[in-house]
Amino acid sequence: MSYQRVKFYQTGTFTVGNRLLDESDRTVQAGMDRTNSLDSGHRACQGCGEALGARYALDAVMRATHRQMVAVNATGCLEVFSSPYPESAWQIPWLHSLFGNAPAVASGVAAALRAKGKTDIRVIAQGGDGATVDIGFGCLSGMFERNDDVLYVCYDNEAYMNTGVQRSGSTPPRAWTNTTQAVGTDPGNPMGVGKNLPRIAMAHGIPYVATASVADLHDLEAKVTKSMAIRGARYIHIHVPCPLGWKSDPAHTIKVARLAVESGLFPLFEAEGGHVTDRTRIRNKVPVERYLELQGRFNHLLHPRDESALGAIQAMADANINLYQLLSSEA
Amino acid sequence: MEQKPFAITLNPASSLANHTGNWRTMRPIYVDHLPPCNQACPAGENIQGWLYEAEEGKYEQAWRKIMEDNPFPAIHGRVCYHPCETACNRGQLDEAVSIHAVERFLGDYAIEQGWQMEPGVATGKRVLVVGAGPSGLSAAYHLARLGHAVTIYEAGPKPGGMMRFGIPQYRLPRNILDAEIARIVAMGVAIQLNQKVENLETAIKEGGFDAVFLAIGAHLSKRVDIPGRDAGRMIDALGFLKGMDGEVAPKIGRRVAVYGGGNTAIDAARTAKRLGAEETILIYRRDREHMPAHDFEVEEALEEGVLTRWLNMIRQVDETTLTVEEMKLDEQGRPQPTGQFETLEADTVILAVGQEVDTGFLAQVPGLEISSDGVIQVDPSMMTGRSGVFAGGDMVPAERTVTVATGHGKKAARHIDAYLRGCDYVKSPPNAVATYDRLNTWYYTDADKSRQPYLDLARRRASFEEVVGGLDKDTALLEARRCLSCGNCFECDTCYGVCPDNAIIKLGPGQRYEVNYDYCKGCGLCAEECPCGAIDMVKEVR
Repeated sequence: MSYQRVKFYQTGTFTVGNRLLDESDRTVQAGMDRTNSLDSGHRACQGCGEALGARYALDAVMRATHRQMVAVNATGCLEVFSSPYPESAWQIPWLHSLFGNAPAVASGVAAALRAKGKTDIRVIAQGGDGATVDIGFGCLSGMFERNDDVLYVCYDNEAYMNTGVQRSGSTPPRAWTNTTQAVGTDPGNPMGVGKNLPRIAMAHGIPYVATASVADLHDLEAKVTKSMAIRGARYIHIHVPCPLGWKSDPAHTIKVARLAVESGLFPLFEAEGGHVTDRTRIRNKVPVERYLELQGRFNHLLHPRDESALGAIQAMADANINLYQLLSSEA
Repeated sequence: MEQKPFAITLNPASSLANHTGNWRTMRPIYVDHLPPCNQACPAGENIQGWLYEAEEGKYEQAWRKIMEDNPFPAIHGRVCYHPCETACNRGQLDEAVSIHAVERFLGDYAIEQGWQMEPGVATGKRVLVVGAGPSGLSAAYHLARLGHAVTIYEAGPKPGGMMRFGIPQYRLPRNILDAEIARIVAMGVAIQLNQKVENLETAIKEGGFDAVFLAIGAHLSKRVDIPGRDAGRMIDALGFLKGMDGEVAPKIGRRVAVYGGGNTAIDAARTAKRLGAEETILIYRRDREHMPAHDFEVEEALEEGVLTRWLNMIRQVDETTLTVEEMKLDEQGRPQPTGQFETLEADTVILAVGQEVDTGFLAQVPGLEISSDGVIQVDPSMMTGRSGVFAGGDMVPAERTVTVATGHGKKAARHIDAYLRGCDYVKSPPNAVATYDRLNTWYYTDADKSRQPYLDLARRRASFEEVVGGLDKDTALLEARRCLSCGNCFECDTCYGVCPDNAIIKLGPGQRYEVNYDYCKGCGLCAEECPCGAIDMVKEVR
């Protein structure tokens, strides 16, 4: 983890706020003056993880840049639910173009600002996993390769939710989607497919790559803040449960995200210049089943039990724990 | 109509026009549930409430919050058997919060700082309290706070009752006891010592009292029928412990046997050890599991070298020996004789087999009901059969502890106050209990319990110095912060943070939060994530 946790026990070590800390040292989300970049009245589903993740990330950027920023949004849920004509839920300068070109548009915005000498205004590009991992991937790779001064934030809900839950390159193995039905001998999304975009971003050797989760706000804000102190191409991949597509209880959005972290399926780490530099330790390790059982998209693995699939998914979690040393106390 | 760009027909608008609150089928509401510690406290303290203040280092506010219910924090922090900690939800997470240790710190700190309490606005009513034990003093304190003039008649030479004459100094140093009693006296409560009430009706008439609270305790030691009881030295435990407060310590022999299994027996055994008995042996007719004494006290006694004989009944006492019969427990846990006898050496036998109430002075009181086991019957308002005469503490049917007695004092004071004002005291119904399953414990840091220091064994065996030490300011603060604040919002901002719809309004320090029902979609994230279970989801009614 990229910051020192302060022991405050119930008064706020892991909670959003902490009445014992000075206002300026609290999380952005605890502040009465937070931007609320994505305002009330947006049309995201009940318990939307992406709406939450976007506000967490953008409010932190707003604080880090002293409100000098512009966001470029790819097509996807986040764009659709926030800006049905003529309404907008955005309280920040915000731009939408196409599904596949958000990184390229952001590169252009950054170039324009540089040309105008306004380098204090920072550029954020954001999209869902579909726009990032699949459709806009070429533009994103180019943005990384040119090391354009853009922070790209991917809100990963592991499928195309806005269009009705179709599989993406980020859909996990064995998950149900409308295009990977739970039928046949290997129901759900096949094993061994998909992309690990944080690792791909690292392979570009860009200055900063991190993963984050809506389940750990302190960690997420620390990473966003840190990324804004760096110039060049940066990438943050945020895990955001989708109650609709994951068939989970809207009230469980954060719980599900937390179990993804605590099981090791979604490792929280940071990388600089292509090398892993830090990771957030698992506090209470849980078996992957605890994560899977809260989501209807994995029902077919548990009723009846599919031991080989469960074993394979547990092996993925264990490999992450091993690779990122998620349990050990030394980095 | 203003000119719009090509193909644009609507003005830009904010999503705030879209009241997503109408999606809602369930509605979050903020609730206050009753923390299990508060529920368990016999003195009715708002423990979660004062720990909340202590967490911020607001020690005076914390202490004053205790004082609303209990005038003896320093005493209770030492001698209360803290049922609050048994109930504490944190016990299911790691270890219960050391509530008594924080309370003791606050009590000691208040004494050090000289914090005082003010009496209420005078009502002109006069109340007589009989007995200056925990119950009587507690009632007097609360009555004084309610503005009544209180006089205590105490039969003994010093105030404190069982806190002075029953609890040894190594558990409750007398300077602490004196300081907390002095604070009540400073509020204008008059304590008349060596004033035994012989006839209650006469005392009421002569003193012109409007109401009475009886709290004389249970000071008569029960007797057991042991042949040869005049032989050797047989003394009762209460008399023995009481003698410790005199000028000269009671005389005991080299080998002391204590007969009984309650806390008084343990106190007597540990006191005998400290007085220099070479051998102190605790004899109890059942086994350790069935001892009424608290386990940690038994443990401390064993550490100090007190010997034990479980399942033994004393059958005969001679000059320097006593005969015990071995017992065995039947299915109901009652001891049954086995016919196996043994002779032990003992030159002093201390009997600690229970206490009774000295009800003699109440014989002439009309309407007052004394049950066959010698305790006074009271109604739910603590009033006896005689109108205006209330009773509490060890002399009424209840568990006999300092804390229960103190709680009786408070309860009786409130009812006496209502009686004097000619109305009924109606207690607001308690909130539902904040059970462990309502908590989201992920948000709480792992935090080990703070340990209180113990006096070393050699000094424990030889002196009456206090055995258990207190926490210092820093450790008390950390210990207070281990509180999970079960069922009561502690303003952690989690609901405010986790709402995907910005539908929680933060009202500012001390003001908590409100739900903006115009936008709340009713997803339930706030209720699910609330660490302390202070949000309920209820069905939306439109």
